[in-house]
Amino acid sequence: MNQTSDFIEMKVPAKPEYVGVIRLTISGIANRLGYTYDDIEDIKIAVVEACTNVVNHAYEAEEGQMTIGCGVYEDRLEVMVADRGQSASVDVLKDNVGPISTDKPVTQLKEGGLGLFLIDTLMDKVEINNDNGVIIIMTKFLQRGEVEQNAGGISATTTDRQ
Amino acid sequence: MNLEINHIEKEGKEYLFLQGEIDVYTSEKLKQTLLPLTAQKGNEVIVNFSDVNYIDSTGLGIFIGALKSTHNHESSMKLTGMAERVRRLFNITGLDEIIDIEDSEREEAK
Repeated sequence: MNQTSDFIEMKVPAKPEYVGVIRLTISGIANRLGYTYDDIEDIKIAVVEACTNVVNHAYEAEEGQMTIGCGVYEDRLEVMVADRGQSASVDVLKDNVGPISTDKPVTQLKEGGLGLFLIDTLMDKVEINNDNGVIIIMTKFLQRGEVEQNAGGISATTTDRQ
Repeated sequence: MNLEINHIEKEGKEYLFLQGEIDVYTSEKLKQTLLPLTAQKGNEVIVNFSDVNYIDSTGLGIFIGALKSTHNHESSMKLTGMAERVRRLFNITGLDEIIDIEDSEREEAK
């Protein structure tokens, strides 16, 4: 059960101009699987957040690549975003995770830190591995038929932070 | 995969009409246009989102920066005409609590 039927891998330079390319490609793959419009948007944003983190933090002086792998299952899509950077992009990612705290003065708000919060909120399952680069693996389950009304609502979001 | 920005000054207000997508690639351009406007004392900046179909955390970060700038420079910023999908991200992150977002004002300044 739940055998991978297809695997799609993309390797692009870790540069801002390629993040949009990944976004459109992921959108196409999710659309092919039959996700709802809202779920496709969620997947797009989550994957883009992971890619943006690689672009911004994974590589310092050197140019690097990011690898996006999509495991297409019957009931879910698993997207892996990996870099080979040596810098601590995972620390940046985990820093200050959460929504905006409205009790703080506006002048103390941080402009970053929303990335992992969004990934965690928009996907059903998130795993992060930090071993020779960072790998984020995120899963969105495919909702079918009458359960569709609940899709993207209060889903059992779990984050496995190592 | 691009962002067009039109800046119109009308009746003492600064209008920015955005068209396209706000992500890590296009947000720098938005920042370069928006922040000088919020950095002028007394400026009323109105950003129109009617033709924005995508925003992510990099884009949200630009608006957090702009909001801070309005506090530091006694200017103001209002976001209008947001599609539901775009607005949802402001809701999820709690930004709608601190940023002035006005719905369905897309006809203004046209």
